Amino acid sequence: MTTEVITDIAQAEQGTSLWQDAWVRLKKNRLAVCGLIVLLIMVMTALLTPWIAPYAFDAQNLDLGATPPSAAHWLGTDIFGRDMLTQILYGGRISLAVGFIATTVALLIGVTWGAIAGYVGGRVDAVMMRLVDILYALPFMIFIVLLMVVFGRNMLLLFLAIGAVEWLTMARIMRGQVQSLRQQEFVEAAISLGLPTSTIIRRHLVPNALGPIIVYTTLTIPGVMLLEAFLSFLGLGVQPPQTSWGLLISYGADTMEEYPWLLIYPGLTLTVTLFSLNFLGDGLRDALDVRGSRD
Amino acid sequence: MWRFIGSRLLQAVPVILAVITATFFLVRMAPGGPFDSEKAVIPEVRAALEAQYRLDQPLASQYFAYLGDLASGDFGPSFKYPGRSVNELIAAGLPVTAELGFYALLIATLIGGLAGVLASLKPNTAQDYVPMALAMLGICMPTFLLGPLLVLLFGIRLEWLPVSGWGDLPGDKILPSLTLGAALAAYIARLSRAGMLEVLSQDYIRTARAKGLPEWQVVTRHALRGGLLPVVTFLGPAFAGLLAGSFVVESIFQIPGLGRFYVQAAFNRDYTMILGTTVFLSTLIVLFNLMSDVLAAWLNPRLRAQYGSSA
Amino acid sequence: MALLEVRDLGVSFVTRNGVNKAVDGISFDVQSGKITAIIGESGSGKSVACYSMLGLIPSPPGRIDSGSALFDGEDLLQMSESQLRRIRGRDVAMIFQDPMTCLNPYLCIGDQLAEPLILHCGAGKAEARRRAIEILDEVGIRDPGTTIDSYPHEFSGGMRQRVMIAMALINEPRLLIADEPTTALDVTIQAQILKLIADLQKKRDIGVIFISHDLAVVADIADEIAVMQNGRIVEHGDREAIFRGAEHPYTQTLLAAIPSGSKTLSEAVGDDLIRVRNLRTWFRTPSGDTMKAVDDVSFDIRRGEVLGLVGESGSGKSTIGRSLLRLVPISAGSVSFDGTDITVLEGKALKSMRRRMQMIFQDPFASLNPRMTVFDTLAEPLLLHKLEDRRSVSDAVLRLMDDVGLARSAVRKYPHEFSGGQRQRIAIGRALATRPEFVVADEPVSALDVTIQAQILDLMVELGREYGLTMLFVSHDLAVVRHIADRIIVLFQGRVIEEGSGEQLFNAPRENYTRELLGAIPGSSLL
Repeated sequence: MTTEVITDIAQAEQGTSLWQDAWVRLKKNRLAVCGLIVLLIMVMTALLTPWIAPYAFDAQNLDLGATPPSAAHWLGTDIFGRDMLTQILYGGRISLAVGFIATTVALLIGVTWGAIAGYVGGRVDAVMMRLVDILYALPFMIFIVLLMVVFGRNMLLLFLAIGAVEWLTMARIMRGQVQSLRQQEFVEAAISLGLPTSTIIRRHLVPNALGPIIVYTTLTIPGVMLLEAFLSFLGLGVQPPQTSWGLLISYGADTMEEYPWLLIYPGLTLTVTLFSLNFLGDGLRDALDVRGSRD
Repeated sequence: MWRFIGSRLLQAVPVILAVITATFFLVRMAPGGPFDSEKAVIPEVRAALEAQYRLDQPLASQYFAYLGDLASGDFGPSFKYPGRSVNELIAAGLPVTAELGFYALLIATLIGGLAGVLASLKPNTAQDYVPMALAMLGICMPTFLLGPLLVLLFGIRLEWLPVSGWGDLPGDKILPSLTLGAALAAYIARLSRAGMLEVLSQDYIRTARAKGLPEWQVVTRHALRGGLLPVVTFLGPAFAGLLAGSFVVESIFQIPGLGRFYVQAAFNRDYTMILGTTVFLSTLIVLFNLMSDVLAAWLNPRLRAQYGSSA
Repeated sequence: MALLEVRDLGVSFVTRNGVNKAVDGISFDVQSGKITAIIGESGSGKSVACYSMLGLIPSPPGRIDSGSALFDGEDLLQMSESQLRRIRGRDVAMIFQDPMTCLNPYLCIGDQLAEPLILHCGAGKAEARRRAIEILDEVGIRDPGTTIDSYPHEFSGGMRQRVMIAMALINEPRLLIADEPTTALDVTIQAQILKLIADLQKKRDIGVIFISHDLAVVADIADEIAVMQNGRIVEHGDREAIFRGAEHPYTQTLLAAIPSGSKTLSEAVGDDLIRVRNLRTWFRTPSGDTMKAVDDVSFDIRRGEVLGLVGESGSGKSTIGRSLLRLVPISAGSVSFDGTDITVLEGKALKSMRRRMQMIFQDPFASLNPRMTVFDTLAEPLLLHKLEDRRSVSDAVLRLMDDVGLARSAVRKYPHEFSGGQRQRIAIGRALATRPEFVVADEPVSALDVTIQAQILDLMVELGREYGLTMLFVSHDLAVVRHIADRIIVLFQGRVIEEGSGEQLFNAPRENYTRELLGAIPGSSLL
């Protein structure tokens, strides 16, 4: 080793952090990169829909009726002569919003709950996780159907209900993370340095627990979108005049014999989105695997 | 072992009670009574109806009366089908749904398990990529999309299989079972692949190879049990997923099962029917979770010893 | 003719980043009735060489490049997989490092024992069971008729290794390959297993390949020794030749790394810095029982002294170290540091006390936050205790890097970019950053390669003198402790068994347990 004695840390060569390592690995995973790009396009179009949609959301053309894809209507029209592309774009806003907002709800509740249970430990942990176990045993799918029936089809309730189901797994993952990290020697070292608890959590626990949380969040979004589509398909989710991909698939299924494009295009859009999210999630899981880069 | 089952059963009781209570009060909180919606009903008739369904009593006594009914196995009458009880509807729908669920579970565990194990034996080859790509498709293709697409292809275009019904025409059970089982098969394939890969990297697999066991015996004798344990644990949640899936599949294929009754009841705001079915299905799910937990514990000698010491 | 003649064996691993030659043309013989030891540090290719002969390395990425391995005149490297399978478990058997993970947890040991017998000899179930009970008895498992139906988790580590040995020998193989069979075990258990292997080998007159990272372990049992480094055998000879007249510098380094001799006592020993009185640290186990990890322990540490704490797993030695630093809650007793009872300190007082006492941990892979650069790790204590300000901190960190022997240019790298030994240097730097008076070192070298161990021990001795440290050195390894400590305490099941200087303990142990420990030190014939 020939190392000149440097006098300032700015002269030292910059190491690669685990995040940078993970990013390099993720970039090598072609499926995950494709997923990320498709997803970004989806989110962009959803945000810009009112400006880029070829027709107004409520523009009908009863005389036209259902037509197969054409130059004027790239993805065809439905039985009311509404442009399918426009419908899918507006439906995507709702579907993606449900996916992201409900996941955020789950993330906030789950991470807080799990982190507290894992860090405090002891009896508090036992009680908190016991509650999670009990809620886990509840048949939530049935419960959400029930909620939708009783309180009507309310978007806010939908977000809350789905978020309330999904936080359980998030809490378990976070607790497991915090608990195993707490026993790591570097956390003991931080305690023996005399660092305050808040700093230990901020500097030593959270950055190391983030990987699995990011991965699981990415994989929760498609689950949530699927749940929304499922409810909408049954007629218990999003209600007209609003629309979502699940609802469009439901309409498409009713008339698929005559107008198959009404089923195929929304179905394709939903599937491609779910594909992208799952590939990205799997890619992140491989890329962020901390143990894998240990040696 | 028995102590484990006993303690789990004991834990299941408050869960089921919580479900009953929550469902009961949720349904009662619903805006608008069951007789408000349609045309005006004569006050006397209305009073008679309300008395019949105990709606004239205070909520608390309604609740306890309902608990009493449940304890004697009575899930109550239906609002919408006068003269029919929830019990009758369950008796009519359950066998159909159970049969559908059984086929779906069979398809899912056989195909999914086999695909996952095969993929794990040759990771990062075609034998891994092809089934795993299909599994990914199965996860991303929701039941309510796969069903119509299968009908479109095999029922309408190719005319190989009936598009709806249950038990009327030969082969009309194939498409619904396949639709319901597909997503589950995909999950099981991914789970069993991950589980097998984990186990195959364990030291005791190397021990088995060092003994000179042929590879198929290494897999069947030493890897399968540990590798498929996650699948067994997953069977509980999978059952809940199957039930939810049956709502959709029975609606698509017009199968007279519990799932379709439930969705219809939800649409009709048939409150006693919803209440009764929810309680019934929830109990089933809780019991199924219990069974898969017990099975998983029994398959794991360490857990078995822990609970079996006082058996 | 030798039982096994290996000639010019070459194995490489083909990865995306290129071809890595793990074994680079090695040759050696194994004679019937003799133990041949292959010694090397991690990554030297010693295990790969043996596994590749039996077709046990995954391929791809593994690849045999060259050579021959004549077993009984037949070349193992030319055999088909099914021919090899007939050899494995019948003529050549293996035992592995970690008995905790090498037995199938889902099958009772009887089934696992009988498996090779049924497979290779077509034995019936009853016959196989009878034979399994016999061999369990032979390897020293008590009451084999009953324990044969037990599952692996019901055995201790040493007992599991005995089961592994029984399983390997059940078909009367002619060659036994033992891959670090005692590394995961306590010293006294290690001595028992070594004796068992040597006895059974003599009785059966079989050839043994004993793979180890530790020359001392094989000193008493090996007939021939081959020393491997970077895929090559650098020196090869009988035991006498290696231990008395090693020629290759690497072998000499390995020999020098075997800790020996007592420390020359520190001159600057002053008054008591630490006083521990009737310390009890009890834990509640998940099943509700009380585990008395530390039970009524009292001792003093004088200023400038290195106190060694020796014991096997479960002796409570690590818990004592953590109790002294308030890392685990203490159940009863008192710990006074420089006259202050630290068991009652809270808040600011505790924080300023923490500055004065630090810890060096066992596993350098776990003791550094993987998301922080070396600079952040070393600067954190300095800034926290306001020993430096934002402007002066970088100079202070660079000086710490010098002290622990790391290149200054590596200061902005992350832990995963360093080797194990370098990481331990970072961890030492973090512990010394606050200029503590007292340091607890918890097995600081047991996760490291032998030659690195010696370097880190030297560094600790040197820095201890430079910083005027008082140290509690916790270890399972009496030889290491004797090398570094002024005084030694022997622990057994949470209690102090014996206390004295290294000389006293080694030359005139008073207690039976101490004698047992001393007898178990590998390579004592060398000393």
